[in-house]
Formats: sequence, C-alpha cells, structure tokens
Amino acid sequence: MADNEHNPLHAHDDHGHGVGHIVPIKLLVVVGVVLLILTWITVAATYFDLGDGNIYIALAIAVIKASLVALFFMHLRWDRPFNGFIFVGSIAFVALFIAFALTDSSQYQPDIKEYRITSDLKGGDSVDAQKKLEETAAQLQTDAPSAE
Amino acid sequence: MAHDAEHHDHPDHLAHHFDTPKQQFEAGKLGMWLFIATEILLFGGLFVGYSVWRGNHPELFEYSSHFLDTTMGGINTAVLIASSLTMAAAVTVAQRNDPVKQDKRPILILLLVLTLCGAAGFMVIKYFEWTHKFAEGWYPGVKYYEKPSDKSHTWDSHAGVIGVEMTTIDTVDGAPTRGDLGLPDTVTVELPAAAPVAVAPDHFLADKLAAVYGNDDAAHAGDPHGADVTTHDAKHDEHEQTHPLQDPHRPRDAHIFFNIYYMMTGLHGIHVIIGGIVITWLLIKSFRGQFHRDYFTPVDLGGLYWHVVDLIWIFLFPLFYLIH
Repeated sequence: MADNEHNPLHAHDDHGHGVGHIVPIKLLVVVGVVLLILTWITVAATYFDLGDGNIYIALAIAVIKASLVALFFMHLRWDRPFNGFIFVGSIAFVALFIAFALTDSSQYQPDIKEYRITSDLKGGDSVDAQKKLEETAAQLQTDAPSAE
Repeated sequence: MAHDAEHHDHPDHLAHHFDTPKQQFEAGKLGMWLFIATEILLFGGLFVGYSVWRGNHPELFEYSSHFLDTTMGGINTAVLIASSLTMAAAVTVAQRNDPVKQDKRPILILLLVLTLCGAAGFMVIKYFEWTHKFAEGWYPGVKYYEKPSDKSHTWDSHAGVIGVEMTTIDTVDGAPTRGDLGLPDTVTVELPAAAPVAVAPDHFLADKLAAVYGNDDAAHAGDPHGADVTTHDAKHDEHEQTHPLQDPHRPRDAHIFFNIYYMMTGLHGIHVIIGGIVITWLLIKSFRGQFHRDYFTPVDLGGLYWHVVDLIWIFLFPLFYLIH
C-alpha cells in the first residue's frame, strides 16, 4: 500500500479509497526552490535596461512561475483535463478582454490628447475649459442674429 | 440511515447523494475550479484597467513605480511562495495520514501553522508598505492632488531667468491636428526675471506668469517683484525634499498609478485575509484529526484557494514593483 502511495504511476489506479494524486514532498520542494530562483532572476533583470524588453521578460518569467504553481502545487498535471480547461479558459477570456480594451482605448487617445492641449491653452482645468467653450459657443449663437 | 449503515463502503464523510468518495472528491474539485475561474475574471477586470492605463500612459508607471520598495515586494513574493509550498506539502501529508493512527497529524498541523504565518507575515509587510505610502502622501483618489496646471512651470533662480513650460500643439495649415507630427510636447520659454509681460503673447502666458510669480496683478502690471520669486523658490526646494508630491517633474496624473496599485493589492490583500481564515478552519479540523487519506478534500480545495492568491501576486509583483 505504501508503495502505491509513493509511486505516482499507480496513484491513478482506483484501489477503492485511492482518491486524488499524491505529489511527493521532494518534488514540491524542488518546484518551490525553482520559483524562488525565478523570483530572484526577475528582480535581477530590472538592473539591465532592455527598453521594451524588460516588461516581456518580467511577464514571461511570471507566466513560467504561474504555470509551475498550477501544474505542481495545484495538481493540474495529474488532474482531470476538464479542470485545466476551465482554468485556461478563464485566462483566455481575460486576455481577450485586455486585447479589445487596449485596441479600443488606443483609438481615442489622440482625441484625449487634443482635448487636453486645448483646455491647457485656455488655462485652467478641463471642466473650466469645457464651460468656457460652451459659454463662447452660446455667445456666438446669440450674437449671430444681431449681426444679420 | 440504517440502509446506509449496511453498506460498509459508505463512510461518514461521504454525503448521501454521492455514490463513491472519488465521485464526491471530483465534484468538489470541479466546483473549486469553477470558483477559481470567477476569481480570475474578478481580478481580470482590474488587469484590464491596469493595461489600458499603462498602455496609454507608460511614463506615469515608470515614474511612480520608483516610490515602491522592491525589497519589501520581493520579500513578500518569497513569503507567499514559501507558504504555497507548505500548503502543497500539507495536502500531501493529509493524503498520507492514517485515519486511525493519525501518524501524520502533527506534521499536518505544523505545515498549516507555517502557511498561516506566511499569510500573517505578508499582511504585516503590506501594512508597513501602505502606511509608508500614506505618510508620503500617496493616497488614492484625485482630490489629494494639486491641479496639474499649477505644475507646468519651472524656474532657476541662480541663473536669474524664468522658464515657462508651454504645451505645444501640432498644427497643419494653422489648424490643430490629431496626429503627432513628432514635435516635442512641451517647450520651455526662458524669460528675463524682470518685466516679462512685454513678451507675453496672450492671456494664457500671462496666466502662467502669474502662477510663476504667485501674484496675478504683478504679471499683468509687468512689474514682478524679484524678492517674491526668491521666497517662492526657497519654499519650493523645501517641499521637493520632503514631499514627492511637490516634485515639479511629477508627470500629470501620477496618482493613477497609486489608484490601481491600491485597488489591486487591496483586493489581493482581502484574499490573503480570507485565505488565512480558511487555513485557520483547516487547522481546527486537523487538531480534531478529521483529515486522513480517505478524506482530505477541504485541505486540497483550501490549498487551491491559497495557490490562487500566490498566482495573482506572481503577476502583481513585476507589474507594479519591477517597472524599469
């Protein structure tokens, strides 16, 4: 019985009460040490200026660390594939959400920039500038008929 | 009940609506993974906000990130990884515990206590980080920040000149254009210390000068007092040393970084506290010897929750503390 518990190959077999996979402590410790080393690497990487590369390295290391936690600490490596599918599926939807939000917001950034510059030229914060613009527009409208 | 008792393979920990312990275990796990999916979507909304703000204003994040303590963040990362490890080990130990002999019970309790210490340690470090930020004046919310229009001037009293930073607007045939023509966004116009009003092209510049001299009438009258400028300058230097908020080089809307920082680490902190409560509950049940190789589902599922807390932090750490 003890042999079955320690042997990952046999843990899947249904021996009546054999529920779930038992991950050896040694393997968990190895994964934990790798996670700490990766943390050290990701901090050390910030001392090198790689321009845009820094964020990609940091995110790549974070993805590797997250995968290690999910696969070993959270037993996904031995779990039913459907549980992993739910997990990866939720991350995929977040990625989709981020992609669409970034695409959309980058479209109207020039408008925001222009608005800010215009309000800066008027002097004062954006709300005041907007008010001023509206007042000017109203003034122009009331002036128009008298000019005719 | 009598019917159940007749089945020797239908133990106490098996709910009546399940056929086998395996079925019960798998159903519990499926439910936990569905819950984890909703957790990821919950944090996902904040990650979207982060991406949009950082994508459109990378300079705010580069500037503000320097006010976060990477050492504290790094220690917290190590603390969470270590407590994740002890939690995963606790699951393994519970799976090997004998229901009668309870031979692994002391180790299970030790591992859960260590995990709980990790949760407490994380929150203590987080508390010091947050209070330090509050002491510096980095509160969330726009009302704690000066209007950026008050910031758009710099001067150098030693050189005896005043620089007015002006925002430029790209134009094509005299009309403002949406596109960036690659021209600098701001230019610094240097003015002599005395009588600058003659070069003021319009009310905008006059207002800016008024802001520099701290006296509306002075700018309009074209007779600024040199002494006033010096006083303001000295005051300004003092503030610069004590309050990062007074930093003239602080980009507009720098507080946006701290808003999303407090929201994301705050929601994560709430999860750490909930995780701590779950681990305490597991500890109580472990003291009573309720977990063993036939029934360890709560340890397993509580562990999954704790690993999610670790997973989120694995992304929060580089996204906030490690911006170059």
